[in-house]
Amino acid sequence: MSELTVEIDILRYRPELDSEPFTQTFEVPYTPELSVLEALQYIKDHLDSSISFRWSCRMAICGSCGMMVNGVPKLGCKVFLRDYYPKKVSLEPLANFPIERDLVVVMDDFIQKLESVKPYIIPGENKCLSEGPYQQTPEQMAKYKQYSMCINCGLCYAACPQYALDKKFTGPAALALLARYNRDSRDNGEAQRMKIVNQEEGVWGCTFVGYCSVVCPKDVDPAAAIQLLKVESSKDYLIGMFKPD
Amino acid sequence: MPNNTEKTYVRSHEPVFWGLFGAGGMLTAFFTPVMILITGLLIPLGIIDKQHFSYEKINAFATSWYGAAIVLVLVALPLWHTLHRIFHGLHDLGVHRGRDWQQVICYGFAFAVSVFVFTLLLQMF
Amino acid sequence: MSKRNPYIRKLPMDWWMKQLFYTKYMIREGSSVFVTLYSLILAWGVFRLSQGEVAFNGWLDALQSPFAILLHIIMLILALYHTITWFSLAPKAADLWVKGKKLDEKVIIAAHYCTFVVVTVFCLLIITL
Repeated sequence: MSELTVEIDILRYRPELDSEPFTQTFEVPYTPELSVLEALQYIKDHLDSSISFRWSCRMAICGSCGMMVNGVPKLGCKVFLRDYYPKKVSLEPLANFPIERDLVVVMDDFIQKLESVKPYIIPGENKCLSEGPYQQTPEQMAKYKQYSMCINCGLCYAACPQYALDKKFTGPAALALLARYNRDSRDNGEAQRMKIVNQEEGVWGCTFVGYCSVVCPKDVDPAAAIQLLKVESSKDYLIGMFKPD
Repeated sequence: MPNNTEKTYVRSHEPVFWGLFGAGGMLTAFFTPVMILITGLLIPLGIIDKQHFSYEKINAFATSWYGAAIVLVLVALPLWHTLHRIFHGLHDLGVHRGRDWQQVICYGFAFAVSVFVFTLLLQMF
Repeated sequence: MSKRNPYIRKLPMDWWMKQLFYTKYMIREGSSVFVTLYSLILAWGVFRLSQGEVAFNGWLDALQSPFAILLHIIMLILALYHTITWFSLAPKAADLWVKGKKLDEKVIIAAHYCTFVVVTVFCLLIITL
């Protein structure tokens, strides 16, 4: 059997050596079932052990291996060489994030945004333990379930031009996470979170490009979450006109 | 870094413009294509006879109270949609200087044309 | 000592030309320039209407020039592009639930197109009455 190979361009950056990133090309044996992540592991094991990338679960659960594959944000474990073969594949660290090293990006700002939306259930009245659990019907759960599927991979931030243009923008994943809690029947923190939503850098930083929902590997649809929050924010604005707090 | 001190949040006035943008966008999506088709192509090319768009007919329509309201909405409301997009489009294109002035000029333009058309309709009444 | 030195990539000015999805987004936003132009043509028409019959007929005649026809064809294409993109995104801003299930996006989009056809036919009928 003749050995098929595929060329992979990787944008490399070694902070202690390089003043700016450069592209390095590797040749990897091709099989149709090889994922991009596995190709990277092949490169690290056999060709260049200095190459850095994040990964963990290999099955689109952990959200670690986000990267730009031919300019599109994707999870390395969920994209296969066969989708590009025989063309070459170019890998770059996630767009709109600072590069830490090679394909590893700095996610501090992203994590800080996720933390900033009060992503936890804020109960109204504290029930006594003897009163039993907070119950929820399947219909109540359906209202937020989709928005709770986020794995914090950051692909939507790499896809968002508004985040690229203005890093103050709260961004798709964090706003979808906010919507997830606002829509939960057990939660009572909507008034607190609407203050975050109502800001310029809340939902109003979004111009509905819609690419975030296209690249999301878990079909969370942050664009929809944001548009619905815009409607809520507009209602809140009207109420605020007559009832200033 | 968790913020231990409660942040101050500044409410945006965007809902006002977004509301007009949405209303104008909806109107534009449903009506503008057929309006362009009628006034820009079918009438000028004579496919629909000019008598259907005669001065008498249009004048009678525009001087009725409901006709005047329809004309105002059809002409002015799309501008609140389009200038909102143009304002944000400038940001997308990287024109970051003088965002305040850009805002005044964009929405001011939509406002000025709205007032212009409103005044014309009022004086024709 | 830390060897960290995060590298921040610059967003190129022409970011929206480097990816088809962004280009389509910019065309969507750019369609508003042409819709603005059309609104101005109409506003001008109202102005001419207010000046009397001769002025109004002058406006109508001006619309017959080949340049005006070409401009209106371009405006029509972009207005339709706005319509298509608007309808395709509309379900995302609607939170409609029927019997505990979210209404299918396709139903909302189809309803928009049906309304569009009704509006178009209605307008064409009313003008020829």
